[in-house]
Amino acid sequence: MADEVRVPIATDGDIVTARQKGRELAAAGGFSRTDQTLIATAISEVARNIVVHAERGEIILSPLEQPGRRGLMVVARDEGPGIADPELAMRDGYSTANSLGMGLPGARRIMDEFDLVSTPGHGTTITMKKWTR
Amino acid sequence: MAVPILKQGDVLIASIQAALSDRDLTELRDELADRVGRFRARGVVIDVTALDVLDSFAARTIRAIAYTAKLRGAMTVVVGIQPEVAFSMVQLGLTLEGVTTALDLEEGLALLGPAPQGGPRRGG
Repeated sequence: MADEVRVPIATDGDIVTARQKGRELAAAGGFSRTDQTLIATAISEVARNIVVHAERGEIILSPLEQPGRRGLMVVARDEGPGIADPELAMRDGYSTANSLGMGLPGARRIMDEFDLVSTPGHGTTITMKKWTR
Repeated sequence: MAVPILKQGDVLIASIQAALSDRDLTELRDELADRVGRFRARGVVIDVTALDVLDSFAARTIRAIAYTAKLRGAMTVVVGIQPEVAFSMVQLGLTLEGVTTALDLEEGLALLGPAPQGGPRRGG
């Protein structure tokens, strides 16, 4: 099983790199093509959140193993301004960046687990997991 | 330009070859808006067969391309959305509302109708 992969995020090109690495790990972890695409898309959304709101951060991809199932954990971490109201940020259609506000709520919908911790002034960490079924 | 834009009769075909960054997508948007006028295009086909991810930014930009082209007098057809990508868009809640789609390039060109007399014939 592969080790964790860290992808530094600072430019829009890094978003592409992060989702490609995520797809590779998901494929190696036994996910279906559909799940690989869902994971890559969710990574794309959280990586863009870093570029747009925090300028830089990193995505950490870790294969998971439990009895009877395998998974992939995606951690998106930045030390940007943080999110003042995470609940509001997770609402469909809410956006501060001239987007449609579908990114983070969408990522939460397509992953099995989603956790957002943000401290204003200190950054944001999003942890998401998806499991094979 | 990351995306080659071909001209076939009065139709512009943006043939995406590989994964696109956000900048590549906005560049494509601006370039197509310009060329629709320059080449007096009647139709635009965006072939996304090679895209393995269509996220919220890509969906928003493709909608912007289609609406801009429409205001410039051209109809846009998005072709080649892969089945996994389509499923993922549904899960994400992304839509291409108001944008015509077709299964592949051939269908897309057929939707835009035959080229006017004297123009090149479509298909093979």
